[in-house]
Amino acid sequence: MHALEKLLAKASGKTRVKPGEIVEAEVDLAEVNDLYLQVIKSFYEMGGTKVAHPEKIAFVFDHYSPPPTIKAADNQRQMREFCEKMGIKMLFDVGEGVCHQLLAESGLVGPGEVVIETDSHTTTLGALGTFATGVGATDLAIILLTGRLWFKVPPIINICLDGKMSDFIMAKDIILHVLGKLKQDAAIYKAIEFTGSTVSSIKMDERFVLCNMSVEMGAKTAYIQPDEVTFEFLGDQGSEIENFEVFTTDDDFNYFESYYVDVRNLSPQVALPGSVDNVCGIEQVEGIPISQVFIGTCTGGRLNDIKIASEILKGKHVAKNVRCIVIPASKKILQEALKRGYVQTLLEAGAIFVTPGCGPCLGAHEGVLAPGDVCVSTSSRNFPGRMGSTKAFIYLASPATAAASAANGKLTDPRKLL
Amino acid sequence: MNQIEGKVFIFGDNIDTDQIYPGRYLELTEPQDIAAHVMEGADATFPSKVSPGAIIVAGKNFGCGSSREHAVITLLAAGVRAVVARSFARIFYRNAINRGLCVVEIPELDLSKVKDGHEAVIDIENGVMAFSNGCEFVFVPFSEHILEILKAGGVISLYRSKMKER
Ligand code: SF4
Repeated sequence: MHALEKLLAKASGKTRVKPGEIVEAEVDLAEVNDLYLQVIKSFYEMGGTKVAHPEKIAFVFDHYSPPPTIKAADNQRQMREFCEKMGIKMLFDVGEGVCHQLLAESGLVGPGEVVIETDSHTTTLGALGTFATGVGATDLAIILLTGRLWFKVPPIINICLDGKMSDFIMAKDIILHVLGKLKQDAAIYKAIEFTGSTVSSIKMDERFVLCNMSVEMGAKTAYIQPDEVTFEFLGDQGSEIENFEVFTTDDDFNYFESYYVDVRNLSPQVALPGSVDNVCGIEQVEGIPISQVFIGTCTGGRLNDIKIASEILKGKHVAKNVRCIVIPASKKILQEALKRGYVQTLLEAGAIFVTPGCGPCLGAHEGVLAPGDVCVSTSSRNFPGRMGSTKAFIYLASPATAAASAANGKLTDPRKLL
Repeated sequence: MNQIEGKVFIFGDNIDTDQIYPGRYLELTEPQDIAAHVMEGADATFPSKVSPGAIIVAGKNFGCGSSREHAVITLLAAGVRAVVARSFARIFYRNAINRGLCVVEIPELDLSKVKDGHEAVIDIENGVMAFSNGCEFVFVPFSEHILEILKAGGVISLYRSKMKER
């Protein structure tokens, strides 16, 4: 069996499971974000009066944070009241950061756990050897009621990433490249495991990016086998490794599909406006004028991302007529970036900082796009209208490419700037 | 619930949840407010065209993107009875079943053979969809598990009766 299958078997009280089988698993941690007042509505509509395990539930206010409208503020107010009433202590209020990053930093998520959130990018946490997947409001309400949820055991795809990346190539470039090759529907209802020498050699900040964008291929969950890098990260978050169970994949396990990707000669990758899987090398789009750069989100707003951006923009200035918006994915990241001087460097270069949270990623506030705007974003989605006007153009790229493009006012290969 | 009949509206591949329900309206919580923006990102004229009983017919990967349940709520509140697609993204599929929206997966569906405005009949029990121009496509009927939820009108009413039994 695969490690993920063993994990799901254990969570549902079985010794074996196979792909396609429906299991009912115990959920170790479930999270609701501020878009999901519907969770509470569904909970009451189903006749709920008491949350089964309040200690296993978290609420995060990240998508509309701080709230830009009265309605959004009122939704958060109702959620605060619900937490108070149900004895839910884990409430990450305005300004703490994006849910996936917060849970990763919480020390509560680790190998062998089942973690469910009301957000598709929950796959991010698979980088810690967790079974992590997103659901809608009503499914989450069922977890509030019962502490459990049904899942179909997914077939597993292996993506082996091999070789050392060149300078200024990031995990974002790899995953965009993979998406461009395998396309948006490559992994619907399936899990993706990342293996190979590249994966072993990168830190958690970069591993999260691979698992985060797996959902852009339709993946139900993503997985990276826990190793020293994982344990070091967990230690830094103050968690005891002994609290987690690390499952391993049997040698005779057969993957549903396997892919091999050599990353050695990869150039910076860009997804063209409108579609996450329409991907090309930077060479093909260099020089296109831009009006906004967005460095942030649960995909591209981690410490390493802000560090690279500050290295590239150090001593330079954001081009005239370009807004460069930086949003650290969490308060902890913001504080660390402050301490290390990245914030100062970026401010001096003309960047704008916004409260940790999702910001304009979903077109809600703090930098939405006008018709005709051209944005380079480190986020994960560029569907029409995602960041505001359906007539705006969003190029997805790495933080290095985004920062270099901010300095030049046009799409730029970061390797040429230094 | 054994048969669904209605007017067909055709969409392409990879219709994501931002097209079904744009993120900028996510703060809305009342179904009638949510219905006003149905499919707006894919076709701005759809909210004024759609009529109760509509059937959406689409290509691959319908409902990809964010996990927002608004995408299902907007379709239901606007009167859409069923979505038929060559394939669905998983969270959308789960959300639809949970809220009692009939979602039919027909991998062999050929969009070039059907048109906007055709009428169609979906026979849930036997797994056949017939269009008014004579085109027919078959699909694998729902599993017991899913049929139980759909027949109850969604997981909410199903659980409500379960909770009462307790
Ligand atoms: S940062 Fe963007 S992708 Fe991540 S959870 Fe927020 S809205 Fe979703």
